Amino acid sequence: MTLDELGPGSTCRIKKLSARNKLGQRLMDMGVYPGMRLMVVRNAPLEDPMEVSMEGFFVSLRHEEARFVEVELQ
Amino acid sequence: MKRERTLVALAGQPNCGKSTVFNALTGASQHVANYPGVTVEKMTGSYRSDGTRVEVVDLPGTYSLTSFSPEERVSRDFLIHDNPSVVVNVADASNLKRHLYLTFQLLEMQAPAVLNLNMMDVAERRGIEINSEELGRLLGVEVVPTSMKTGQGKDDLKEAIAKVADQGPGERLAQIDYGPMEPPLRKIQDRLSETWKGPHAYPLRWLAVKLMEGDPDAQERVRQSYSDPEVCLDLVEEIRSAFESEHGETPERHIAYHRYQAADTISRSSIKTRKGEGIPLSDKVDRFVCNRFLGPAILVGVIYLLYYLSIVQGYNVTNYTWPFLAKIRGLTEAITPSPGFIEIPLIRSFALWFVDSINALLNYIPIFFILFGLIAILEDSGYMPRMAFMLDRLFNRFGLHGQSTLPMVLGGIYVGGCAVPGVMACKGIPDERSRMATILIIPMLNCLAKVPLYVLMINIYFAAQKGLAMFFISTISLLMVLPVAKLLTLTVLKRRPTAPFIMEMPPYHLPTIRGVLGRAVERVWLFVRKIITIVAAVAVVIFVLLQFPGLNDDRMAYYESEKDKAISAFYQKTEGAPFAQELQGENLLALVLYWDAYKTAKMTAGGKEAVDKANAEFEKKNATFFNIVNPGKDRTARNANKALKKLVKERSGLLREMRKERIDASFLGRLGKTLEPVTQWAGFNWRVNVALLSAFAAKESSVATLGALYDQGETGDQSLEKRMAEGETGFTPLHALALMLFMVLYPPCIATTIMVKIQSGSIKWMLFSVIYPMVLGLVVAVLIFTGGSALGLTGLQAMFAFYGLALATTIAAGFIKNREDFS
Repeated sequence: MTLDELGPGSTCRIKKLSARNKLGQRLMDMGVYPGMRLMVVRNAPLEDPMEVSMEGFFVSLRHEEARFVEVELQ
Repeated sequence: MKRERTLVALAGQPNCGKSTVFNALTGASQHVANYPGVTVEKMTGSYRSDGTRVEVVDLPGTYSLTSFSPEERVSRDFLIHDNPSVVVNVADASNLKRHLYLTFQLLEMQAPAVLNLNMMDVAERRGIEINSEELGRLLGVEVVPTSMKTGQGKDDLKEAIAKVADQGPGERLAQIDYGPMEPPLRKIQDRLSETWKGPHAYPLRWLAVKLMEGDPDAQERVRQSYSDPEVCLDLVEEIRSAFESEHGETPERHIAYHRYQAADTISRSSIKTRKGEGIPLSDKVDRFVCNRFLGPAILVGVIYLLYYLSIVQGYNVTNYTWPFLAKIRGLTEAITPSPGFIEIPLIRSFALWFVDSINALLNYIPIFFILFGLIAILEDSGYMPRMAFMLDRLFNRFGLHGQSTLPMVLGGIYVGGCAVPGVMACKGIPDERSRMATILIIPMLNCLAKVPLYVLMINIYFAAQKGLAMFFISTISLLMVLPVAKLLTLTVLKRRPTAPFIMEMPPYHLPTIRGVLGRAVERVWLFVRKIITIVAAVAVVIFVLLQFPGLNDDRMAYYESEKDKAISAFYQKTEGAPFAQELQGENLLALVLYWDAYKTAKMTAGGKEAVDKANAEFEKKNATFFNIVNPGKDRTARNANKALKKLVKERSGLLREMRKERIDASFLGRLGKTLEPVTQWAGFNWRVNVALLSAFAAKESSVATLGALYDQGETGDQSLEKRMAEGETGFTPLHALALMLFMVLYPPCIATTIMVKIQSGSIKWMLFSVIYPMVLGLVVAVLIFTGGSALGLTGLQAMFAFYGLALATTIAAGFIKNREDFS
């Protein structure tokens, strides 16, 4: 299952990043990496982008970007 | 050993309080510039310590040091090429683990680092305890805890900087163990050291790691300083793919992961968290600020407030500052040669034109100052990312970016902005394609200077539907801008690199007065320096184009004879008066100028007292003249007064006619006529063309030039609305609509054009930004005028039809997908 499918309030653990290039690097640099626990905080008023939190750190990303983050629900 | 100068770099991730540290260290001595070739701002400052001048460079905040973004490249290049004696790594103590990710990269570059744990107060409040000695021992660097917001720990930091500057980097910098990647890394390192030309310019291990990451910039470095680069790079590629197939994970992912693991290990042994993390206050605030319903409402409120305070209130402030600028003009009038009867000395008209052009821009400074101050507040408070978060979906559909919001607000998303700060603010957009698209569309928004023309046209031709027409023109620009942005990103900008949106939502901060004012002053100064010089140069060019070749001898002779006629008529009427002798020769011109000065003085004097004072003053200056301009019951004086009034009127009539004729014959006038065969399809005659051409310098000029062209020279007190309506009897609302829409799409003014050049970094794009709106504007104007005429539409019908068309195009454009290049 991928991150973009999750709604606000759900918690998950990151399994894998399937993006290469810039997006993969950027996700890694922002702290989105395998093993990290992540919670979907909210969607923007127009549904996209979404905001997630990891260990008290808040990041927003578009759903089409979240598609490249494989997660397992917790 | 004492050095004379120490170079210190500040590096850190965004939102770690780096600029607070920078301000605390350097105080008021700061300087902004751009890094060569990119639009990234370079902040430098300095302080003195023990007789050493310590120069501090504030590197852009970056999460990492890859070569994907200009900010990261700039930081990296600076660390490598400028060899700072000390690199202060500022980290947010309340979020240390994440910040160590960058620390490890700095250590890998063998940077002489000092780790500055900033925001210790925040960390303490959250119950986070950091053992900084242990941390320093593990990392092998000096660690200095500070709370720079209150200035706590500032001296310790300076001390640590001095120490590292003297002693160099620590002996045992922490090194990340990349596990199974160590053998391949060693292999690359060996290969590099075997055939490296000359001394090593880069730390070998760092270069090996970067090559393993597939960093294009590192590959380029190898190509430049290595004797047999392709063989080496082929080897690296081989090792990379072997690693990936063996471990089922890309090398760059493996490297980043190990950095986090190392950060995790270190923070486990040196950080203790006393109590469990509650919900952070910022998140509680965001429940309202980013709420589905409340969020947009707050957003509109913030944008409205931004407009209201800067544009509306700032405009009010200009009422107080304008007199100063008017004084400069007055002074210029006083020191340049005074005008003749009908000959205005060239130097005088030039000086006045020049001062007027500069004043027109200087007049905006209060607006800019407030605007830049408010933006600094938005930036420092952390609301900016929330704005981007809420609007990204909308803008993304048109190839723009969430962070296009601020530039568009500044440019005048409704009505009354300014494209210069708008284009300037595009710097923050991380996505190159969206950034270019935003830069190119900002000038099409309704800036303040376009408004006078709208008001003029609406007052004459849409007087009955003023409100409706104003709403139309205010909102139509957004409806044209969005599809145009889409069109640009699908065509000319198609190949421009894009970047992921992914963005930190930092905690809210209370902005400091110092930080906000400092930034406002700095940016206003930048504006003044960069823009005013160029506008001054262009003002000269436009002056020449409007002034020359001037009137020929025949015409001059004609005006001379008209002048003589007027003068002899005056003398005839005043013959035999007791003061007739005093009005001969030079004195007559003096009397005329005295009259002008007296009228101006009386007009500007407020209240009876001031009028009395002005009267006394003028009487003292010249009693005879005063008797004529203010005749009272004296019969001869009243006669002379009447004659003088006529003379003055005739003189200003002649002056106006001459100016009009000069513009007619000028290069710009000729150009206006040359363009008429084309522009007639848009309904523009040559006069309108000249007005539009002169508007290129500054858009306000359009109305001013129309004012000069439609001058009837009779009474001079008729409003331009009336004069234009009478002067152009063939003009219809359809003409006016075409003209207004052309004005919306009109190319950027000179100041904006320069800003486009600065922000896009190329003359090619600057020229494009001038040409495409002109073509587009002409197409739209022709569509309105020629199309509207063919269909027999009235101005109002054409307005509705065009609005519907624009709305439909916008909605349709929103459904077309843009290409995304990451997968």
